[in-house]
Amino acid sequence: MSRIGVFVCHCGENIARTVDCAAVADALREHPGVVRAEDYKYMCSDPGQQLVKKAIEEDGLTGVVVCACSPHMHETTFRRAAAQAGLNPFVVEMANIREHCSWIHDDRERATAKAIDIGRTIVEKVKQDRPLETIRIPVTKRALVIGGGIAGIQAALDIADGGHEVVLVEKEASIGGHMSQLSETFPTLDCSQCILTPRMVEAYQHPRITLHTWSEIEKVDGYIGNFTVTIRKKARSVDENLCNGCGDCQAACPSRKVASEFDAGLGKRTAISTPFPQAVPNIPVLDRANCTLFKGRAKGLAKDACGKCKEACLKGAIDYDTEDTFVTEEVGAIVVATGFQLYDIGREQPAGLKGYGEYGYGEVPDVIDGLQFERLASASGPTGGEILRPSDGAVPRTVVFVKCVGSRDPEKGMSYCSKICCMYTAKHTMLYKHKVHDGRAVVFYMDIRAAGKGYDEFSRRAIEEDGAEYVRGRVSRIFRDGDVVKVWGYDTLSGRQVVIDADMVVLATAVRPQPGIAELAQKLSVSYDQDGFLNEAHPKLRPVETNTAGVYLAGACQAPRDIPESVAMASATAAKVLGLFSADELERDPSVALVNERTCSGCFHCERVCPYGAVEHRDVCDMEGHVCGHVAWVNPGVCQGCGTCVAVCPSKSVELAGFTDSQVYAEINALAGW
Amino acid sequence: MEASFEPRITAFVCNWCTYTGADLAGTSRLPMASNVRIIRLPCTGRIDHLFVAKAFERGADGVIVSGCHPADCHYTAGNYHARRRFGVFRELLSFLGVDPRRLTFSWVSASEGGKWADVVNETVARVRELGPFDAYHRLADAPVPDGDPFAALESATPRADGAGENEPSGVHASEPGRGRAAATGGSGA
Amino acid sequence: MTLAYYPGCSMHGTSREYEESLLAVAAALGLDFAEIDDWSCCGASSAHAADHLLGVALPARNLALAEAQGADRVLAPCAACYNRLSGAAHAVAEEPGLAARVRDVLERPFANTVKVLSIVELLRGLAPAIEERVAARLEPDPLAHLSVATYWGCLLVRPPLATGFDDAEQPTGMDEVVAACGARPVRWNMAVECCGGAFSIARTSSVLRLSRAIIDDARRCGADAIVAACPLCHANLDFRQSAMSMKGAPPMPVLYITQLVGLALGLPLDLLGFDRHFVDTQPLLARLADDARRAAAGAAEREAARAAKAAARAQAGAAAATAAGGGGERTAPAGAVP
Repeated sequence: MSRIGVFVCHCGENIARTVDCAAVADALREHPGVVRAEDYKYMCSDPGQQLVKKAIEEDGLTGVVVCACSPHMHETTFRRAAAQAGLNPFVVEMANIREHCSWIHDDRERATAKAIDIGRTIVEKVKQDRPLETIRIPVTKRALVIGGGIAGIQAALDIADGGHEVVLVEKEASIGGHMSQLSETFPTLDCSQCILTPRMVEAYQHPRITLHTWSEIEKVDGYIGNFTVTIRKKARSVDENLCNGCGDCQAACPSRKVASEFDAGLGKRTAISTPFPQAVPNIPVLDRANCTLFKGRAKGLAKDACGKCKEACLKGAIDYDTEDTFVTEEVGAIVVATGFQLYDIGREQPAGLKGYGEYGYGEVPDVIDGLQFERLASASGPTGGEILRPSDGAVPRTVVFVKCVGSRDPEKGMSYCSKICCMYTAKHTMLYKHKVHDGRAVVFYMDIRAAGKGYDEFSRRAIEEDGAEYVRGRVSRIFRDGDVVKVWGYDTLSGRQVVIDADMVVLATAVRPQPGIAELAQKLSVSYDQDGFLNEAHPKLRPVETNTAGVYLAGACQAPRDIPESVAMASATAAKVLGLFSADELERDPSVALVNERTCSGCFHCERVCPYGAVEHRDVCDMEGHVCGHVAWVNPGVCQGCGTCVAVCPSKSVELAGFTDSQVYAEINALAGW
Repeated sequence: MEASFEPRITAFVCNWCTYTGADLAGTSRLPMASNVRIIRLPCTGRIDHLFVAKAFERGADGVIVSGCHPADCHYTAGNYHARRRFGVFRELLSFLGVDPRRLTFSWVSASEGGKWADVVNETVARVRELGPFDAYHRLADAPVPDGDPFAALESATPRADGAGENEPSGVHASEPGRGRAAATGGSGA
Repeated sequence: MTLAYYPGCSMHGTSREYEESLLAVAAALGLDFAEIDDWSCCGASSAHAADHLLGVALPARNLALAEAQGADRVLAPCAACYNRLSGAAHAVAEEPGLAARVRDVLERPFANTVKVLSIVELLRGLAPAIEERVAARLEPDPLAHLSVATYWGCLLVRPPLATGFDDAEQPTGMDEVVAACGARPVRWNMAVECCGGAFSIARTSSVLRLSRAIIDDARRCGADAIVAACPLCHANLDFRQSAMSMKGAPPMPVLYITQLVGLALGLPLDLLGFDRHFVDTQPLLARLADDARRAAAGAAEREAARAAKAAARAQAGAAAATAAGGGGERTAPAGAVP
């Protein structure tokens, strides 16, 4: 006999304003199987939970329905309260009358009727809920961190310092990410590499961190506590164990004109190279696409056209015949810290984005982006830290900085604010003026977003102390006119058009997630939004988790983010991971599939559709122990509870606990004649 | 069609994408029609087509099935199975006498609150135009023919000796679908 | 696939040379089209500034007529007419309820099936044919030394959703046509910048300033002439050029794209309407004629030199043949009989 207790929450005004909660309680009290129904202002509060506990004890409830917010908010809260009162938590469910009702409707009568329907549906479902025991599975106490920028490094260090092993995978030849390309960081104007390299070295030398650079994630199998990850270590052509970072190979390489990715295209590198002098590990990579020897092999030359690096290497570390290799790692948690890339204003764009024809599609000389300016300003950059314009190496006397290029612009396909550009543009004007004292720095802006600690003071400093000229208005065109870059803008505060003959223009282009993010997200079963940024589990309260248990997010892969926030987020993910690793066993949601072996015919359609390989074959034996048939069996430790097997089973022999067929039909029937 | 007919829509949605997207629509206070009742399932792959048929049978005028975008399923492939299943089910649904325009199949991700509101409003508007789905009720309420109901069947089936021509009758054994429609006198389907 | 022709008010009026050259080029390329019977004004700037429905219905009337007369495409050489016609087609397709209201106002059926073509789209499609004809001419590369700045104005590629046949910031279609003619399109900066448009009368000083900036840039980028595809742009750049203070710089001839194609195809000059321009085109045409003559002369000279050399070689061969019989170690030319 069902004895269901129904609790209708007002949620302050959130529900009560549109839904007559007392009426809902009254209606549900009459529903067969319900022995108590009451309404209360804040069910999730302590007194609210006490109501539930008291009712469980006094009324001998066999099930509880809380009509309130989304189960994603408080299902755990009420399940825990019920468990404390001695009721199995899995007979406690929530009816969503807030997000799905009171918040989206105005008509009180209709909203109340709908709330009653929703409540009835869940009551019918709970009447068929069975008490379930949580499943316990072992946890592999190793973490994988994808991405070796500042966020990935921080997460790896925190987890490793917390006593657990970390595998850190980075797709470039060195860890460090974009922070290693920066000259100075806001708001302190700290030298970026100076504060970063100690961390990089610490990560490299940490006994519990295994570093795989020039590597990418190939495949991810498994689930929280039990991931199996295949890592592709791309062919470096250099043996990491033999190389001692002497650099002789780079000095010997004849191919010296390759555009350097680290210098954002402004400098040149050799075919075999480390990205920058402080690279960690300090082991070069041979870029086969630009290597004389490999280009010859591709053309089918009989004899290798070069071999200078191998000759120069005293350790014999160079091997032209290496291929990509694969490494498998077992981990219990994954932190994604893949960072960002900058929007390119060129003609060719991924689907949904448009280039900036108004600014020349990236073909106008001396129109550069923020990372390129960082390389000019950087002491280790292509100009040795002097601000010289790329076309002719002259010192630019007038530099125009344009903010919001692509960002906040639905026409270009990126409606969001990139957060860091206001601050780094102010910084750029200061770096420029510190080096070119009589130079003129003009910034075209829409707003100045400087909300962090010390940020507003920093931007004011650029204007008041360093003489940056801020013009509020947008730039309509940028083009080359002889020796100058013509900038046509508008000053909205004075109502006048502004034409500037600039020597160089720096565009603050939008921050976007890394290329290939969609593929990586699919491998991890993590969702992403229309801009490609990975989705957090809840934007306010669960910003570092995803909806895939065991996968966490740190840094700019989730949204544009500056360094202090990336570091904070990385430490937060480490806290989550260390929490996960703090118990030897993980409790899993027991909503898994169960096969009725008596009716199962052994067709194994279920096995074919299971994405996790959770279905195994079981022998059916007769009394003498001879195998006379096979049936399916679902491993409760592996099953994730999707229910696809239930829907394909021709004999209806498999059920999903918590979402059985009879429960769904009960819900459908509850809505009948509404 | 009544002047103010309010369609009843049952929605089978997946927990990870559409249910969360609907939560987001709520958090964003996006106004939408109040005709939809959501049944939450872990994945669209869990949805048996008979749920849809049952929903129509039990009074729904329209049904929405909504899950994660292809390639983004929380359980990797459940939505692909759902999509395949429903590609085939559409024909069965017509055969059952339900206008396939009453079934909406959509992909709504967890960040697409606006899209969920659009799906709800468009479905309600479309089903409102199609009118109430009462074919099953009318079938149930249709008068039972006098005498032996199988007599009509027998005379309709050609016998080996050539006797008994096909007579137009309420029930044609060879065309069950059509017969059903005739019995209800042309359903709204 | 019938092509209708919508001249609009200017093609028979102020930009008569545009139509003359268009018809000449069409005839030469075997292009067939007929004027829409009973066509009326497209509304130009005035209608859409006054009332949205009027601004759509006026051009839509011409589209409806074209439909009724069996056309599936309409050529509108005037950029403003093109902008209004394509804009109306787009608005009717996109705005719910507008189609019905327009049909109501027109009191005639209107299915919105006609595609509106600009002159650039049409000529771009014919570029291979033009290139072939140019190559087949007797005088080699008649326009080889002509550098041209292609001026689009603002109406041909905006708004992008309604026009959409080329990039709105850096379109290349006209350059393709110029290249097919054998001339050199220059890289310049003012291709889609406004000339001042209809302010030609109400605010002439603005037109002079804006158009002068266009001409200055074309000159700085090495253009011998500007090529336009809009009667009002042409008027502003050509008719108003004498009022612009060009500071002693030589005048910049402004041609219609169809006139350039006519030149390339070698059509008689009196069919192309050059004498209607305000900025004298004679110096440019004379220079082109000179270039052609010199090129022809040069070609003839080279041919003569080649013939002479061949003759000389033949003579030397014959002499060697007679001398070889008199002994001596001498390498005989291949084939010669020792």
